[in-house]
Amino acid sequence: MVEWTDFERATIQDIFSKMDYEVVGPAALSRCLVVYPWTQRYFGNFGNLYNAAAIMGNPNVAKHGTIILHGLDRGVKNMDNMKEIYAELSVLHSEKLHVDPDNFKLLSDCLTIVVAAQLGKAFTGEVQAAFQKFMAVVVSSLGRQYH
Amino acid sequence: MTTLSAKDKEVVKAFWAKVSGKGEQIGTDAVARMLTVYPQTKTYFSHWKDQSPSSPSVRKHGITVMAGVGDAVTKIDDLKGGLLSLSELHAFTLRVDPANFKILSHNIMVVMAIMFPKDFTPEVHVAMDKFLAALSLALAEKYR
Repeated sequence: MVEWTDFERATIQDIFSKMDYEVVGPAALSRCLVVYPWTQRYFGNFGNLYNAAAIMGNPNVAKHGTIILHGLDRGVKNMDNMKEIYAELSVLHSEKLHVDPDNFKLLSDCLTIVVAAQLGKAFTGEVQAAFQKFMAVVVSSLGRQYH
Repeated sequence: MTTLSAKDKEVVKAFWAKVSGKGEQIGTDAVARMLTVYPQTKTYFSHWKDQSPSSPSVRKHGITVMAGVGDAVTKIDDLKGGLLSLSELHAFTLRVDPANFKILSHNIMVVMAIMFPKDFTPEVHVAMDKFLAALSLALAEKYR
């Protein structure tokens, strides 16, 4: 069971309640596809991913980025049982999507950068620590059902 | 993983020209964040009386690190050769586990995103990520 301090809980709720999922999701996913191009292997049917401009403007990427953020929302609303909440999604990513779980960390790092850019000075070291802890639990939960 | 293309080098140099004026601030914030977000990194600084983010030791170290990064930008065409003595320092005297270079690189980029949100585009991000990775590799060159 993950232990969360009051500060960590409040920080996570605060960050996500103020976040526009339809901006941050696409920004994070498209950044991931640019910075770590091998992640494109999972999006063969998304159309044009030939260069950064194409990726950033690709509507399938944008749509999927938003879906991912809504997936994170589940964790935000269930911080005390994230393993259970993500069990089904973990099975999906392992058995159907065949995503190497290392990729979850790559996307998480890109999301951190996007959130940092959005929050600016408000993204203090303490806030960053809380955010990265939350993301680490998500990443771990998503990798849990792999076998 | 570490060959920088001509375009990578161009992008890194251009971005560095924009941000180097704030180098001290970037370095200080990056080191402070590293100590806060990755507390295990504090083990290398047990000789500091004050390990808090606002301490003079953190500021001094941030300045030192960023000066090293800036120097590496000027030696971007031969990082291994250019960073030889720094690598020896880290290998034989400091003996910092190279895993920590990745951690500090991440925090440097978080600070860049915070301070230059419009300029730290995905293209700049990938070039900077590659550059910091190449820098880290050059720094670990003399370890064994």
